[in-house]
Order: sequence, then structure tokens, then C-alpha cells
Amino acid sequence: MNRLKPSWQAVLAILLCLIAVALGAIAAPKIDSLAQPVGTLIYPYGAATWLIFGALLLAALISMAKLPPMIEAVVLFIGAHLAAWLLIRGIAGFEGLARAPYFLLLASAWLLGWRCVAVLSGLRPTASWARTALRLIIPAIFGAWILIIWEAVTRGAGIPFILLPPPSAIGVRIANSLPVLGADVRQTIFKAVLFGYVVGSGAGFITAILADRVPFLRRGLLPIGNMVSALPIIGVAPIMVMWFGFDWQSKAAVVIIMTFFPMLVNTVAGLAASGHMERDLMRTYASGYWPTLIKLRLPAAAPFIFNALKINSTLALIGAIVAEFFGTPVVGMGFRISTEVGRMNIDMVWAEIAVAALAGSVFYGVVALVERAVTFWHPSVRGG
Amino acid sequence: MRGPSPAVVSASKLGLTFQTNDGPVQALSNVDLTIGKGEFVSFIGPSGCGKTTLLRVIADLERPTSGAISVNGMTAEQAREKRAYGYVFQAAALFPWRTIERNVALPLEIMGLSRTEQAERIKRTLDLVNLSGFEKKYPWQLSGGMQQRASIARALAFDADLLLMDEPFGALDEIVRDHLNEQLLQLWGRTNKTICFVTHSIPEAVYLSTRIVVMSPRPGRVSDIIESTLPKERPLDIRETPEFLAIAARVRDGLRAGHSYDD
Repeated sequence: MNRLKPSWQAVLAILLCLIAVALGAIAAPKIDSLAQPVGTLIYPYGAATWLIFGALLLAALISMAKLPPMIEAVVLFIGAHLAAWLLIRGIAGFEGLARAPYFLLLASAWLLGWRCVAVLSGLRPTASWARTALRLIIPAIFGAWILIIWEAVTRGAGIPFILLPPPSAIGVRIANSLPVLGADVRQTIFKAVLFGYVVGSGAGFITAILADRVPFLRRGLLPIGNMVSALPIIGVAPIMVMWFGFDWQSKAAVVIIMTFFPMLVNTVAGLAASGHMERDLMRTYASGYWPTLIKLRLPAAAPFIFNALKINSTLALIGAIVAEFFGTPVVGMGFRISTEVGRMNIDMVWAEIAVAALAGSVFYGVVALVERAVTFWHPSVRGG
Repeated sequence: MRGPSPAVVSASKLGLTFQTNDGPVQALSNVDLTIGKGEFVSFIGPSGCGKTTLLRVIADLERPTSGAISVNGMTAEQAREKRAYGYVFQAAALFPWRTIERNVALPLEIMGLSRTEQAERIKRTLDLVNLSGFEKKYPWQLSGGMQQRASIARALAFDADLLLMDEPFGALDEIVRDHLNEQLLQLWGRTNKTICFVTHSIPEAVYLSTRIVVMSPRPGRVSDIIESTLPKERPLDIRETPEFLAIAARVRDGLRAGHSYDD
């Protein structure tokens, strides 16, 4: 017993494998339309069936032996992904014909993948490059399995393309439509989003300073600002199209309105964040309004301002895409989504969603990196 | 014209009443006090006796509601605008986004000194508080005692003749506090500044001061002023001498007298 270290994922994976073997064929056969004489059946998988069983069982069994965790993880990784790849490759041409063993084997492979991530998460390497690598590999395997299950289930169960296309089809669509996607990104992100984000956030910031400096603005504008920020701002998109025309300027206007209030409200809160003692200190230096603002209050407000910048980075993207639903020239991410969904080109819609997700993540990530560099002193960044 | 005025701080019939939601609170009442140049004056008393408020009135961080205060022969506000004093708060209040040397440079930047002048003063004051070598560290990388020393350096950097200190060592442990007390005395001896020092520790007050102002609460007022007979040169073990203990006993009596009525 001391030479084994069983894990419940591996045991369950073996069990699922054995049930799959007992249940027989992975997928139903189909009639070969090209074959003469008509009526010849072709069978999926063939010898690959035994390769899948072998890979899963072997990986599960080896993983339970007393091995260094690194080797265990590699064995599990190869076993799980080889089996998943064979399963998905074999179902090609037999979409929708998968039987229960197909899903049992998929679950078995997924369990081994799970075990692999669990083993990797338990590693505590000392080298910093290894820690960095682990930090990337673990979420990568995690994400890969979302795609694998998505791909295998949509194809194995024959889910209609209109409801949910498999990720491979979306990938192919992205690869084949790069010029169109590129033009859409240029129109929506590099024109409407960036312009609107910079102008909207900048205007919110300047208004916050003005409201801080001029008491009547603080008392009059801020309550109204709070009220306006509660309005469903996307509702003004058609009005903006009326005012500023069909091109990107009207989308930028929507983005400006959407990003203005988060920045205003956060900056006003941030300007009140510096401590009494620090403000008394500046008073003992007979420091005027502007030196106090620049040397004390704005640095103290930086965490709030960056919060607004991060919120705005996602709001801007949403605003620009949805605003395009209300009329655009024949380019733009929102335009593409609304027209392609009408033409049942769901893979193109998904392709735009994937590109938007990627662009949004990069945008957010850049803002977060700048935040780390600027507010390095804040306890939430320096860690305690 | 005006007679010779060696007084750095002079208060007469000073009173301050805060308006709170529970009605007016008399924080200071009828305070008469004159502090001469080069003195080291401690304010001691239980919490709520107005010692910090008095210091804040001298610093023009609070306005008195009655009586008069003058600092360096000017009103407190004029003195603040002329940057007549350095103020050390209960906490270090260093800006975490600035290194120690940039923190010390803060008042110098506001005064508009040249870069070379700033560098020279930073070096001198950090030497004075034994923080050389920590110029490039951030406040959160230093211990509490070092942070408080940096804040003293910052108050010294702008070279005012008056130093106002509000329980600067209150949050530190006794070993660090003894050490900083010793350093503060040496500093005072070297620079001949006038120091007003708020504390609630009797040994600290007696050890440091040339004069001890005993205050009592409700309403905050001066109940006794004790001249120290200790020599200017004070090693730490002076605290075991009978002379020291006699002064400490007088301070304790003064505090008790101020307290007796609310038992």
C-alpha cells in the first residue's frame, strides 16, 4: 500500500473507463453515402478506441504510483490530452452520433486533467521562473479544458450550429476573417472606444477638480451627477446617433457619457481620502490649494482614480459595441454582431465576441499594470 | 515703539470653545503663558485637558474664541504663513509614495528652495536624526521609531526656530522612546531651538523640559507651571537622582490637584 497514493480523480477515471468498455461502441455507425453497394456501414474510431482506453487507464494507474509530482503531472497531462484529442478527432464525420461511452471517456479524461492541475497547484517551486511558468500553465490547462469540453460536447451531441458552434469553427472563422475583424477593431476600439475613454475620463477628472475647488459646483453638480449616473445611459445611444451622425463620433459620445460619471464620482471620493493629519501638515507649511492638491491629495486619490479607469475600460467597450446597434457605417464590432446574427452566421458573432473579450482583457490589463506602477506604495499593491 | 520681546509664544486669557452636537465644550479657558526663546516647555495633563488644542492654537490649526495669542510677535496666522514653526504630529504622517529624502524635501519644495539647497538640508537633518543611509527607503520599509525620526527631520528641515511636538513618541515602545528622548535633548542643545512638547508621561516631561506646564480638564486650563532645576546636560540616569524625583513628585501633585474635583 505504501507504494501507491490513490487519488479519487484517478480511481473515478478508471471506473468510468471500465463502464465505457462494458457499454461498447463510442459512437453509432453511419451509412457511407459514397460506398457501393449502398448500405455499407462505416464505424467510427476502430483501433483508436483501444488507444483511448489505454492512454486513460495507463495515465490513471501510473499517476497513483509513488512518483515525483512533476512526473505525475506530465503523465496525467499527456494521458488526458491524448485521449481528449483522439476522442474529438474520431467524432469528425459522426457528429451527433456519440453514445454514452463517448461522454464517459470525456469525463474520465477531464478527471485526469483535473488531477493534473491539482498536482501542479500543489507544487511549491523555489525558482522564480518556475513559479511564473506555473502561474501561466495552471490557468492555461483550465481554459483549455473549457474549450475541450465545449468542442467535444457540441460535436458529440450534435448541438445545432445556430445554438452553439464548436470553438474550432469559431477559430477557423477568426482565421478566415482577419481583415474584416481588423477593420471592425479599428473602427470600434481604436476610434470610438479610445477617443471616448480618454475624453470621458479626462472630463470626469477635470470636473471633479472643479467641483472640489468651486463650492457651488460641489453642492449643485454632484447630487445631479449622482442622479444622472443612475440613468440607463445606453438609452441615449439613438439620440447621439441623431446628433453626431452614423460614424464613430456618435459612439464616442456614448462612451464619453458612460465613462464620465464613474470618473467624477471616484475622483471626488479620492480627493476626500487624504488624512486630517496630512492636511494639517500641509497647512503648517502654509501650502496653497494647488501644491496641496498636487503633492498630497492627488497621490492619495490615485487608487480611486485607477479604480474608475478600470471600470471605464470595460464600460467603454460595452458602450461602443451596443451603440453601434443603433446605426453605423457598414463596419464595426457592434454592427457586425447585429447583422451577422440576423444572417445566422453565429460563428462570426462568436468570433467578434472572442475578439472583444481579448481586446477588453488587454485594455484592462494595461490599465492594471500602470496602476501597479503608479500606486506601488498602496498596501493593496505592496502587500501589507 | 514696541518694547524688546524675547517671548516666542505669548498667550493671554486664551479660551477656545468647540461647538459640538452635544452643546459647547470648553477646551481651553483663561490660559496665560509666555515661552521665551530657547526654552523646552512640556505640556502635561490627562486626556481632554486641552494640551494638544493649545499646541494647535499656537500652530494656527485652531482659532481661539477669546483672548490673544502671539507667536514671534505676530498673530498665529501670520506666523504660520511665515513658516515660523515646525510641527511633529502624534503619528509620523509621512507620505507613502515618497522616499524618506523626498518626504523631508516636501516642505522645502513648497517653500521653493533650490535643488542644491534642498539636498544640503536633507543631508544635514537626516544626519541630525541618525537616518543617513535610509534616504532612498520608503516610509513603510522602516520601523515606527525610524518613521517618527524621519518626521522630526522633516520638521527640522525647514529650520524654524520653534518646534511644536504633539506626543511624538506616544506610539513607541519605552526603549525607543528613551533613545529618541536622549537624541532630542542633544538636538535641542545643539540647535538652541524653542520646543513645545505635549506628553502624558511624567518622566518624559521632567527629563526633557526646562519648564513643565501642568494642565487639567473640564475646562482645559493651566493648573501649575514648574521650573526645572535640572542642569542642561542630562544623561539618562539623571532620572534616578533625588532632584529628578522631587520634580516628578511636584508634577504628580499638580496633576492630582487638577483631578481632585471630579472624584
